[in-house]
Amino acid sequence: MQRFIAIRALQSLLALLVMSMIVFGLARISGNPLDVMLPIEAVPEDYERLEKHWGLDKPITTQYFIFIKKALQGDFGESLKYQGKSAMALVTERLPATLELAGFALLFSAILALPIGVLAAVAKGSSWDTAAKIIALLGQSLPGFWLGIVLMWIFAVMLDWLPSSGRGGLQHLILPSIALGWFQVAVIMRLVRSSMLEVLDSEFVKLARVKGIPEWKVIWKHCLRNASIAPLTVFAIIAGSLLTGSVVTETVFTWPGVGLLVVDAVRSRDFQVVQAVVILFAGIFILCNLLVDILYAYLDPRIRYQ
Amino acid sequence: MPQLTTTRTLPWYAVPWVIDGWHKVKRYPLLPLAILLFFLVIPAIFAPWVAPHEPFQGSLSSRLIPPVWQHGGTMEHILGTDKLGRDMLSRIVYGARVSLTVSLIAIFVGGIIGTVLGLMSGYFGGRTDSVIMRLVDISLALPTILLALVLVAAVGPSFGTVITVLIVLLWARYARLVRGETLAIKELDFIARARVAGASHTRIMFRYIFPNVVNSLIVLATLQVGYVILLESALSFLGAGLPRAEPAWGVMVADGRELIVTAWWVSMFPGLAIMLTVLALNLLGDWLRDHLDPKLRNL
Repeated sequence: MQRFIAIRALQSLLALLVMSMIVFGLARISGNPLDVMLPIEAVPEDYERLEKHWGLDKPITTQYFIFIKKALQGDFGESLKYQGKSAMALVTERLPATLELAGFALLFSAILALPIGVLAAVAKGSSWDTAAKIIALLGQSLPGFWLGIVLMWIFAVMLDWLPSSGRGGLQHLILPSIALGWFQVAVIMRLVRSSMLEVLDSEFVKLARVKGIPEWKVIWKHCLRNASIAPLTVFAIIAGSLLTGSVVTETVFTWPGVGLLVVDAVRSRDFQVVQAVVILFAGIFILCNLLVDILYAYLDPRIRYQ
Repeated sequence: MPQLTTTRTLPWYAVPWVIDGWHKVKRYPLLPLAILLFFLVIPAIFAPWVAPHEPFQGSLSSRLIPPVWQHGGTMEHILGTDKLGRDMLSRIVYGARVSLTVSLIAIFVGGIIGTVLGLMSGYFGGRTDSVIMRLVDISLALPTILLALVLVAAVGPSFGTVITVLIVLLWARYARLVRGETLAIKELDFIARARVAGASHTRIMFRYIFPNVVNSLIVLATLQVGYVILLESALSFLGAGLPRAEPAWGVMVADGRELIVTAWWVSMFPGLAIMLTVLALNLLGDWLRDHLDPKLRNL
């Protein structure tokens, strides 16, 4: 087990290293990285200042080590758009909004996906099952950004029930959470359904029924508890798609989170901020993958010896 | 006299060959195929002839005309016009061409890279295998949209940028799939015989192993077209995909976002086009998987 964790941790570190090389390399691919990092109207002094800061007069390998060293300290340079603010500070300032949205999206998808998944499994072939299939298909095919706009059009513009954008109370959270959580509903529901089908067929469920425990209790307590392990193991996929999805959803609803920050930064070519967000998100994403692999290996010993 | 056989009265049209023909046709996923042909393939190929107007040219006098069934709509612009007075229907038709071109190129190139590396990985094994598989792991662990954002921030949005991002993301799945199948196939007798007969490694990989993985490749590629169209449009929506001027569906939805109060049609129709296309592609992919390669069930 320790060997397995060590190997997987090493792999994750490698993936993060590759990502950092991509970010580092891309800034330099088009010649002088300062052309990418600085706005068009920059004066020669700006160039000199940044050249010193990033050690651009040194060989490329040394530059990379400087970049890594600063990145580890959380220093990605100063934002160009918001003068005087470090890129990292901007990101950490926006992070709570993104986490709030992601959390509510997860809550929404769990609340919708669990009961439908369970009912679809218990009444296999019924209309619940059909509904589950349709939801799964729509989850795969609906573009998240467009769903956001449709929701906004119906509930904010036509019916005027909910606010269309910005961050505020609970009402502000409803539409973005649905738009972001929609895709996860399909993922979680399918998993709950298939693992419920497996559990419903097992010996302990039959025993519980023979003992005369009421059916609703067998299903919602005994079965669901065991069937919810499978969705937990795809937490990495869910966390990953929530993170990347938040970029899109935040843009649609002008939600002031990290996603909106990075899209704005791309548009105004604020490369330092893009760097900071990408490395941070990639780190979280890869860490989630690692945690899940370890969890998986812990639950299923066969994986450790592959 | 007791009746020995029960005869069902058949309707008049139950001529054997009609029934047979219908049963043959019914086995195919007709609805998805029809949607795809109608919304994607035909418009994409014949865009200049199908589209009623120029997709890039608008006139400021005909800005934001609503679709024909709404008050103020005209037959000239059935789906209305956008804020530059460009015809929505024509732009959607050209958008089909853009989406299809980008996703097919990306899948084709990514598929070739992935297949070659997968064949090598599975066939040679050992160090080649572990290096390639590490690369696959890393590539699958990279967050998609972020990668695209960095690339666009560095070199700017263009066809090349989007296709590069998509290829980087796509090849790994092909490599993993082909490797798995190759591992099983190379143990079969006919490969050993080909070796004895003096076939080179390259010949064995491409002439003997490759034909046996084609079915799985077709299924994976079909399932991916929808995914890639979705991804490309999301990137274009964010401004990290195709350039702003292109008639890409994602770009068009983005254009309509700020017009949602005054002109709902600008973002609704292109989004609907994306949804229908991806839905049909998913249905078709599922059908192909069930018929060509059931073992890919949990892909």
